[in-house]
Amino acid sequence: MVNLTIDGIKVSVPEGSTILQAASEVGIKIPTLCFHPDQSIKANCRVCVCEVEGNRLLQAACAMPVFEGMVVKTRTPKVLEARKTILELILSNHPQDCLNCIRNGNCELQDLAQEYCIRENPFEYKVRGFAKDFSTPALFRDQDKCILCRRCIEACSVVQSVNALGLEGRGYNSMVVPTLGKALIDSPCVMCGQCIHACPVGAIGEREQIDEFLAAVANPDKVVITQIAPAVRVAIAEEIGMMTGEMPMGTFVQGLRQIGFDYVLHTNFSADLTILEEGNELLKRLKEGGTLPMFTSCSPGWINFCETFYPDLLDNLSTCKSPQQMFGALAKTYWAEKMGIDPSKIYSVSIMPCVAKKFEAARPEMNDSGYQDVDLVLTTREIGRLFRMSGLDFSKLPASDFDSWMGKYTGAAVIFGASGGVMEAALRTVYEVVTGKTLEDVNFAATRGITGIKEAAVDLDGTVVKVAIANGLANARKLMEQVRAGESPYHFIEIMACPGGCIGGGGQPITKANVKRVERIEAIYAEDEGLPLRKSHDNPEVKTLYEEFLHEPLGHKSHELLHTHYHPKNKKFL
Amino acid sequence: MDYKEIIARYDGKVGGIIEAYHALLREFSYLPEEAIAEAARVFKLSTAEAYGIATFYSMFSVEARGKNVVRICESAPCHVAGAADVVAALERELGIKMGESTADGKFALEFTECVGQCQATPVITINGKPYLDVSPAQIPAIIAEYK
Ligand code: SF4
Ligand code: SF4
Ligand code: SF4
Ligand code: FES
Ligand code: FES
Repeated sequence: MVNLTIDGIKVSVPEGSTILQAASEVGIKIPTLCFHPDQSIKANCRVCVCEVEGNRLLQAACAMPVFEGMVVKTRTPKVLEARKTILELILSNHPQDCLNCIRNGNCELQDLAQEYCIRENPFEYKVRGFAKDFSTPALFRDQDKCILCRRCIEACSVVQSVNALGLEGRGYNSMVVPTLGKALIDSPCVMCGQCIHACPVGAIGEREQIDEFLAAVANPDKVVITQIAPAVRVAIAEEIGMMTGEMPMGTFVQGLRQIGFDYVLHTNFSADLTILEEGNELLKRLKEGGTLPMFTSCSPGWINFCETFYPDLLDNLSTCKSPQQMFGALAKTYWAEKMGIDPSKIYSVSIMPCVAKKFEAARPEMNDSGYQDVDLVLTTREIGRLFRMSGLDFSKLPASDFDSWMGKYTGAAVIFGASGGVMEAALRTVYEVVTGKTLEDVNFAATRGITGIKEAAVDLDGTVVKVAIANGLANARKLMEQVRAGESPYHFIEIMACPGGCIGGGGQPITKANVKRVERIEAIYAEDEGLPLRKSHDNPEVKTLYEEFLHEPLGHKSHELLHTHYHPKNKKFL
Repeated sequence: MDYKEIIARYDGKVGGIIEAYHALLREFSYLPEEAIAEAARVFKLSTAEAYGIATFYSMFSVEARGKNVVRICESAPCHVAGAADVVAALERELGIKMGESTADGKFALEFTECVGQCQATPVITINGKPYLDVSPAQIPAIIAEYK
């Protein structure tokens, strides 16, 4: 341990700690911008400067390691003056656009401008004037707001191994640009949205579609229905000032009715359905010598990644559409018929933790119902905004239940929201289908948690099935390299593009650190634990769907509506 | 020579990408996108990183530009010594503005920072060769060497 004094308070911290870490131990907050708790130290913004006795120059607290006997002062006049100047310099070319900004109220720069009472800026105000990038249907970039912290670059390269973002130029003229300075759509970007979480300001965000939703609600000819992905409920609470996982499902459903949905249904229904289709697909591949290992296909960022970087492995992907798209195809066929609603009147909105889902819904092949299967994708953050706009007090709102047909679900569907959940759900079903026995303990501990790569082996009456799970695309890449080299020992691989799985998706409440992802994972398993049904094949509405409509997993109708195929992206520059 | 062959010559060298970029510039006078992507592959970087290197150093260019790159120093000592008049003479002689290339693809006109010849200001360089103590009157003759 190293002993030091910060602002007159003695503290001892492990060797190698930084001033920033030591200060937080004793409740002293030092402002930061380029610092990110899960990333490497960048020390490029200098807003965290402090005085260290014996040093003439101010030191960056995020980078400076502590030493024995160190004396640090974090708020001398000199320090405050320096921080203020740094902020003023940043703000001198930063658009004064807070009122219109997607990060208004949740911006690290805005917070600091407020905390440091920046009123009049002595420096000349000149915005750089870049064009905004709206080239992808999932996210936008607004370079004028970029403060060059480089956190997005690290998210995209180190966490995701996509490398769609990099620096261009240097000094005053440097900026963060997609590959070769092109539009984002021409870079290898897979639209995972992890750069949105990494960004301290409003320089990257989702393509907000709130107005499209409000227009549909206002249109008397439209029946506006929604499906909610499992990861959304645990996180939506954070958007309205509640604790993670605290929003009861019934209250959430009521809130959705209040903002204008005519029918509230659940993606969990089609998640259970996915398990039946995908589980049977796996068994078929195992039995008939199909392409193995089979990869899960629910994460559209991962599908984009596979189509971009591993087009040679597309046959390994399960042909199952994602739960969102299965739901979409059924809503305008099966559900419409059952409800006696003209499918052309249905406006199908999905609420997703994901920005890549916006891209997935817009894929031209996603129209097997005869219409665009999913009309609009709203992220958890956008629903949060609609809730705030609606003025609802969720502590008083009476609960409501899901509508029928495609509203029921099991715990197996709930855990789709966390990395390892699809695998665990599949194992719960595959085990019972293959062995004919009842699975007494449905919990598979080895598949759970935020660890980048997890593996497990399951004995299905003598046949050992080896599985692996990766979350975050840099981890996925490791498994893919093994497969490409012909050295993969696995039969079944689950991949989620986002760290922690969908609970850490690019459309979730801005997630500044992985500890938040862990909290959400816990909330997911707690929800599963509390449900009466926890195996997908026990879902009564899914059973009815097969009896009345699909007849059997992988049958003719399933192939028509629930399965798809993939296309190499052929990106020119990776 | 093909850009792939040029880059391959520096494969495995420490800092090879910088040398490869210099060699590419001698051949093409700028760094084409395909060459940056190939350099990324050879030196095991992402294209985004290789592009970052290509745009970091002012002597590299990622835009197509004239074959003979005429650069004029704009750092303080040259500035004081009358660089502005030399700029005007260059622009007049070549019929283009700073930052542009001639229509025949022969000349590009750029600024540079101090090239370390401050004892003999103003300074211009053409394809890296310095010309010291330049006066506006000398410009037509200097340019003629490259026509
Ligand atoms: S990025 Fe932050 S500081 Fe900049 S306009 Fe948006 S809210 Fe304001
Ligand atoms: S969305 Fe994902 S892949 Fe695209 S730039 Fe951001 S982090 Fe990279
Ligand atoms: S876009 Fe955001 S995360 Fe990326 S460098 Fe700019 S401010 Fe930082
Ligand atoms: S937070 Fe320390 S230098 Fe940016
Ligand atoms: S200032 Fe021009 S060469 Fe040094």
